[in-house]
Amino acid sequence: MSITRDEVAHLARLSRLDLSEDELERYASQLDVIISAVARVQEVAAAGIPPTTHAVEFNNVFRADVLVECLGADVALAQAPAAEEGSFKVPRILAEE
Amino acid sequence: MPTPGDGSMNRPSDLTRWTAAEMAAAVAAGDVSAAELTEAHLQRIARTDVQVRAFLHVAVDSAVAAASAVDTKRAAGELLGPLAGVPLALKDVFTTIDMPTTCGSRILAGWQPPYDATITRRLRAAGVVILGKTNMDEFAMGSSTENSAFGPSHNPWDLDRVPGGSSGGSAAAVAAYQAPLGIGTDTGGSIRQPAAVCGLVGVKPTYGGSSRYGLVAFASSLDTPGPLTRTVLDPALLHEVISGHDPCDSTSLDAPVPPVVAAARHADVAGLRVGVVSELSGDGYASGVLRRFNEAVELLESLGAKVTEVSCPHFGYALPAYYLIAPSECSSNLARFDAMRYGLRVGDDGTASAEQVMSQTRAAGFGAEVKRRIMLGTYALSSGYYDAYYGKAQQVRTLIAGDFAAAFEQVDVLVSPTTPTTAFPLGERVDDPMAMYLADLATIPCNLAGNAALSVPCGLAPEDALPVGLQIMAPVLADERVYRVGAAVERALDQRRGHPLLKEANGVDEADDASGEAGR
Repeated sequence: MSITRDEVAHLARLSRLDLSEDELERYASQLDVIISAVARVQEVAAAGIPPTTHAVEFNNVFRADVLVECLGADVALAQAPAAEEGSFKVPRILAEE
Repeated sequence: MPTPGDGSMNRPSDLTRWTAAEMAAAVAAGDVSAAELTEAHLQRIARTDVQVRAFLHVAVDSAVAAASAVDTKRAAGELLGPLAGVPLALKDVFTTIDMPTTCGSRILAGWQPPYDATITRRLRAAGVVILGKTNMDEFAMGSSTENSAFGPSHNPWDLDRVPGGSSGGSAAAVAAYQAPLGIGTDTGGSIRQPAAVCGLVGVKPTYGGSSRYGLVAFASSLDTPGPLTRTVLDPALLHEVISGHDPCDSTSLDAPVPPVVAAARHADVAGLRVGVVSELSGDGYASGVLRRFNEAVELLESLGAKVTEVSCPHFGYALPAYYLIAPSECSSNLARFDAMRYGLRVGDDGTASAEQVMSQTRAAGFGAEVKRRIMLGTYALSSGYYDAYYGKAQQVRTLIAGDFAAAFEQVDVLVSPTTPTTAFPLGERVDDPMAMYLADLATIPCNLAGNAALSVPCGLAPEDALPVGLQIMAPVLADERVYRVGAAVERALDQRRGHPLLKEANGVDEADDASGEAGR
């Protein structure tokens, strides 16, 4: 199988990466090589083998339900690209119309 | 007063040449102050980092303050920790409340975290002096530091070669005597590989043995903080300082820290069963690497270890599985860089939408390798491909863990070369991602299975006179075994050679070195 420029453009959109035409071409050929190399996992991963999601198995981890100190709003906002009235200020999130 | 046994009888006059253990003993004994040690290392950085470029940020004021606090405590007769007053180079992936944390990325340039990572907090509490933050491949993705947005670091053995990566800045700093201790993170080999190519000792503790809280995440099921140093005893001391259960990290193991310091002092392999992994040598490994590796195996045998060959039939699939799992986790973790709450924001002109600003910021703020991995992960996780790629990779992970479990029924530790080649020239692999990925061929299996591993120098490759690393692997939470074997190899080779291997490194220009105090 091979990855086309259009598929890379779709991946870039999903990944929220505004890539240039040059980058789309370059990534198409590089991802193609990488994906055919990693597809080798399909040779040995037969049905019935359970997946491992984590190196060391854990069950749910709980802590006591007690109040602890957390970051103040001023600290959290101190590094924001833009802030106003104790909130993060973001570009518009709704369409023009 | 120098006494036999603590090494003080034959300590070199240049403080930066001492081991961390020697420095800590001297501070505790009052032979030298933490302030003097810090000053010596800050001067060494000022003189040599123009060439090595190990540090992204040198924290002169806070280092001096931390050292002075240790000296005050000592003067007051308070008990000092085992590494109090010893300087350390911290990878720029750990949050630090008083220093920038960039992860080698433009998207975080100048970011000042609002809290300390658990590792940072424990280092400070132990009186370890953090000299500054070290260079790394962007978000720990890479094997050379060439993916840093702020330019590569250089290998102190040969400045035209890579120091390995992604923890290459910490490795270069320790190998250039800018600090006796370094902290890195190992997701696919990012501590062991730079340690191997810089002639150092590097340890990936058992996954969950060292806390990830405040470590900027790359691949959460694999990321493991650990030490980089010049001897086998030093990382053991550091291992005990940074390890232990952390309630802030839900994957932190609630188990006793393995007795690694005792093991590093023990250094005896008589009767120990050592397995040579058949699948981690041969094709793809440089002849000089294999030669030094085979000699190290013979050495272990001569020291009384019982050596056998062990097959781990699925290890050949570790690299492909890793390059599906790590990018998948990365594509999810790096979604947090959305230009809204912190970090870079590009294109916010009052008309662009949040989504457009997000896409423009991420395109401008991330480097080529990070973009490549985000898209690879997005591909592997997307519907229609998930089962064929990410799902299969997770099954391979089960097979690899099974190979380790079967092997550890026959032997106590496994060994292999740490890397297929010695340090490669800067620029050689930057345009060939697959060639770069191969640098982690032998280190990845331990990340997938979570077990402990250590790289210890085992000589110079005859063809290029560059260091070769021996990798020692042990089961989950049997970290002490890798120290025991590493210490035995180190002791035997140092005795045979008459000095530590790193003494032969001469890439850093000594003339320039002596030229002055300027530049800081």
